[in-house]
Amino acid sequence: MAHRSEHVLGVDQLGKLIGVLARKGYEVIGPTVRDGAIVYDHVESAEDLPAGWTDEQEPGRYRLKRREDMALFGYAVGPQSWKKYMHPAEVRLWSAERQGGTFRILNNEVKPQRPHALLGARACELAAIAVQDRVLLEDKYRDPIYDQRREGAFIIAVQCTQAAATCFCASMGTGPQVSGGFDLVLTELIGPEGHRFLVATGSDRGVEVLTELEAVPATEEDRQQAEAGVEAARQQVRSIDTTGIKELLYKNFEHPRWDNVASRCLTCANCTMVCPTCFCTSVEDVTDITGDHAERWRRWDSCFTQSFSYIHGGSVRTSAKARYRQWMTHKLASWIDQFGSSGCVGCGRCITWCPVGIDITEEVGAIRDGGKDGNP
Amino acid sequence: MSSKSKPKPKIGVFKFASCDGCQLSLLDAEDELLGVAGAVEIAYFPEATRAMSKGPYDIGLVEGSITTYQDAQRIQEVRRQCKTLITIGACATAGGIQALRNWKDVDEFIRVVYATPQFISTLKLSTPIAEHVPVDFELRGCPINKYQLIELITATLAGRKPNVPSYSVCIECKRKSNVCITVAKGVPCLGPVTQAGCGALCPSYDRGCYGCYGPMETPNTASMTSQFRILGQADSQVARAFRGFNAWAWQFRKASEECERT
Repeated sequence: MAHRSEHVLGVDQLGKLIGVLARKGYEVIGPTVRDGAIVYDHVESAEDLPAGWTDEQEPGRYRLKRREDMALFGYAVGPQSWKKYMHPAEVRLWSAERQGGTFRILNNEVKPQRPHALLGARACELAAIAVQDRVLLEDKYRDPIYDQRREGAFIIAVQCTQAAATCFCASMGTGPQVSGGFDLVLTELIGPEGHRFLVATGSDRGVEVLTELEAVPATEEDRQQAEAGVEAARQQVRSIDTTGIKELLYKNFEHPRWDNVASRCLTCANCTMVCPTCFCTSVEDVTDITGDHAERWRRWDSCFTQSFSYIHGGSVRTSAKARYRQWMTHKLASWIDQFGSSGCVGCGRCITWCPVGIDITEEVGAIRDGGKDGNP
Repeated sequence: MSSKSKPKPKIGVFKFASCDGCQLSLLDAEDELLGVAGAVEIAYFPEATRAMSKGPYDIGLVEGSITTYQDAQRIQEVRRQCKTLITIGACATAGGIQALRNWKDVDEFIRVVYATPQFISTLKLSTPIAEHVPVDFELRGCPINKYQLIELITATLAGRKPNVPSYSVCIECKRKSNVCITVAKGVPCLGPVTQAGCGALCPSYDRGCYGCYGPMETPNTASMTSQFRILGQADSQVARAFRGFNAWAWQFRKASEECERT
């Protein structure tokens, strides 16, 4: 629901936007080039953004490439998601001390921290944030760490104007068009009219920030160019047919394809680490050598580890087959029963960042129409 | 442990065929060392102190592999003296880099290398401690991570399970927000089949994982081998990758032997 009063910002205004947000107390996090990929990190100015870069993605393969223009958002999603800011990989829940023979819990409060402004969130990523909201905030038990980070966050969405070969958001109904869940949404426009952004607001906070920038009303041409961009991103080579997917996976608990994928799966957990909706963690208690000080830490964990399903007597899911099946069936099927939506937003990270290129869309396809041998 | 009357648990540190790097991790603990010294009696640690008290010991830390007949006897005595026996490092847990001889003719080495071969008495194989005596816990790594060692000693003293995960290096790498070097740069990396513990040290510096912590809990070495081939590695290179400090760990051993067979 792009706001009716759309405006246009010159590319020079992006630096100003970062400045305005910093002045309002936000730490601005956005895309930047590091270690051969576009990652999310602290951005100080527009100079930090990946001007003129794009990516090439295939199962198990990611490469940065130069673009012919100086687009700042001319690529698909990278290895990281906003999860690392909302649902941190490692966090101390509390510490405790032994004092005079008793056990005293210290710093049980969530540490206040500078709110984040997320610059460059794509449609699939907003969908992923909505999925994590459902999981971490909308049940009886709210996660206070996520809650604080989420509530404070200012979100500047960016419309995708191209898709990677691993993208399949269109088939998951989560993109490429951003439709809500943002404070501001930008569409990058490059052409004879210059390098500029179509901008719409999605909240009062967004309106407030926009008034501090030099925006001019958008023309019909600007809107048409923006729509053409999103249309281009809709052209995706991968897809999942989600028709009856819950029933499909439930009734194929036994299927030769699970053995086939298990022969390739490394059980390394990369797919779950890069997944923007995977939320599982484990809790570790540590003590110092004196036994007088203890801490409880929460860390990202994965259903691909043995310890994750360890109950007395051993791990419940010892085989790679059981673990891959658990992950995919939860993500695409039982998530629907549990949280009312799919756990997959079609971002394609699990495909690109699997070291052996296992492709979830291909696995679903093989279960749907694969023969008895489970070969693709 | 604020009890003043209770005697401190006694720790012994024993060395077999090794480079000493792992037991040095204990001395390298610096900030934590005083805490350790306060919590335990370091009863036998020739690398660190001449003071030696007799066993039995509450905790025995064993470094090194078994490569001689004498050591094969000595480890039996060490086991008898230690209530809890913990092996530390790739030599003690997998046979170490010296296990590369397990694929070669040791007699030939002795003839070529030593001026007086008859002085040399050695076993044909370098083997991990657990092949000789029951081991209570194996701490992996070449060298071990000092924080894992402190955690292990702390947990053992507290009677709790140590936080020493057996999953892949990839989990540590991703928690650190590293970009995967295999996917983004095509660098062959053993991280997916290697146990965590080093803090993803090499991938953090753009180097593929060398497998120093040995096989992770469920390593799919066949799939890893296929991926190395896709990344342009010849079978001889893949075999060499698996034949590092943990070459004799059975999963890596099997993987390297399969590469040699093809």
